[in-house]
Amino acid sequence: MSVTTGIGELPADPILERRALIQSIARGSLARRAVVSRLMLGVCGLAFLAASTVLVWIVYLLVAKGFHWISINFFTQDPLTPTVFQQNLLGGIRNAIRGSIVIDGIALVIAIPVGIVAGHLLAVSENVFANAVRSTAEVMTGLPSILFGIFVYEFMIIRFHSHFSGFLGGLALTMIMVPVIMKASEISFRAVPASIREAGLSLGLSKGVVATRIVTPAAAPGLLTAVLLATSRAVGETAPLIWVIGNNYVATWSPYKQQTAIPIAIYNGILNGASPLQQAYAWGSALFLVAVVLCMNLGSRLLAAFLRRERH
Amino acid sequence: MTTGDVEDPRLGAIAMRLKDVSVSFHGRMAVRDVSFEVPDKRVTALIGPSGSGKTTLLRALNRLHDVTRGAKVEGEILLGNTNLYSREIHPTLTRMRVGMVFQRPNPFPTMSIFDNVVSGLRFNGVRKRAVLNEAAESALIAAALWDRVKDRLKMHASSLSGGEQQRLCIARALAVEPEVLLMDEPTSALDPVSTQRIEELLSELKARVSIVIVTHNMQQAARISDLCVFLLMGDDGAGEQIEVAPTQKLFTDPTDRRTLDYIQGRFG
Repeated sequence: MSVTTGIGELPADPILERRALIQSIARGSLARRAVVSRLMLGVCGLAFLAASTVLVWIVYLLVAKGFHWISINFFTQDPLTPTVFQQNLLGGIRNAIRGSIVIDGIALVIAIPVGIVAGHLLAVSENVFANAVRSTAEVMTGLPSILFGIFVYEFMIIRFHSHFSGFLGGLALTMIMVPVIMKASEISFRAVPASIREAGLSLGLSKGVVATRIVTPAAAPGLLTAVLLATSRAVGETAPLIWVIGNNYVATWSPYKQQTAIPIAIYNGILNGASPLQQAYAWGSALFLVAVVLCMNLGSRLLAAFLRRERH
Repeated sequence: MTTGDVEDPRLGAIAMRLKDVSVSFHGRMAVRDVSFEVPDKRVTALIGPSGSGKTTLLRALNRLHDVTRGAKVEGEILLGNTNLYSREIHPTLTRMRVGMVFQRPNPFPTMSIFDNVVSGLRFNGVRKRAVLNEAAESALIAAALWDRVKDRLKMHASSLSGGEQQRLCIARALAVEPEVLLMDEPTSALDPVSTQRIEELLSELKARVSIVIVTHNMQQAARISDLCVFLLMGDDGAGEQIEVAPTQKLFTDPTDRRTLDYIQGRFG
């Protein structure tokens, strides 16, 4: 290629030549990429459709089969035993709701401080021990949750002769939640720039003060998400509880007595429901549980978004 | 700038034309109604105190605000005859024609020196080894780095010093043969010696590309630029264009009172 000017033909400029070449290649490449991009967009759309179909179907099933069982009694009564003459005498799941609050509450009280402190320590330390803890947490999140129930059963009930109780259920859930909170909070602690931490230390503040007063508030939205992520997972756990909480039919706040929980109510209703009516009650419980988890997830997102906005 | 050279750079060919360019974030104006012309094969400096919108304006020139949520660019930015923001033009092609060098050297961390320089070409589909080699050599020579790295092109970019890394980033930007090169305070993270090397480099680079540079440093603007655009924060916090003039004129005989105050160091 040569450049035409008023004076006549000038020798080709290698830079202009290369520019033209590069841009034409890029244009071709861009066109190819646009095709691939469309294709991938289609694949993503299909994947989304497949995933959302299952989700919509589950929710539809829950609402269709469970919604008309939900009433005031559902929340305020303990389960009753239907008789031949009064088949609708089912009562509610007050015992399971209260049990869930007790068990999940115990788990939260232990898991939040342990998980967040551990997450912070992992974020600031790089050594063999920290790596070991990190991989252990990795493995623990992958374990089938029933193992935690079996462990607590084996350790507390067989070895130490404890008895079935809500507290043991809380312990089992704690072991599920701690690694989740720890890993997620490590990430949000690491997202706080090191220069902020160093600025605190340079003022002569102790590591503890820097961690609690400067780094933790900065990481708060992420920590909140970590906690709610772990909670919504724990709320739905069934398997570990079956081993350690026993069962009850009368609502109680006591963590030392045998307890029940919403997922257990679903499990029992489906598995042992004497009548189709009792089975249907399990659908109502399931719908309620899904609604609770959904609210928690939405709430945490909104709260985290709000916290982030407050800072800017 | 040679003494006695009073030629107005605005009289020559034009590389880029800004017409009433405004940038806002989430509805809040950051730069308002900037209009000037970037002369071809010259250095145009954007100067002004912090918050006057220099960097914001610069980033609009290669559509970097496209990737910022809530950012909106209004007005016209013409490169040759094409509006950068028209729907027909793909941002990728725009960015090939308008390169950018950032405040801190940002070579791609996992790549070798050579791979860094040719990344813009390779990932845009240029596969021919000969073209890549030639482009890399040409860009590295232009960035005054070739003699330093020609025997260790396979080494990691992180083995270079800060100033060398910045010149590597310049080479990387030049390798795709852009028409305009944007530089956002390219020397602010460098020591004085490296700064001087880059400044010397700029006067050579303008034979090849038109340069728009943001600088905090007025001496630097006076030393390296042909045209100066002075921006200042208005009452509502949005940057406004106060004066556009050939560098020599702006620094010796500014039209606006505020320009005089700024270059004499009375504020900012």
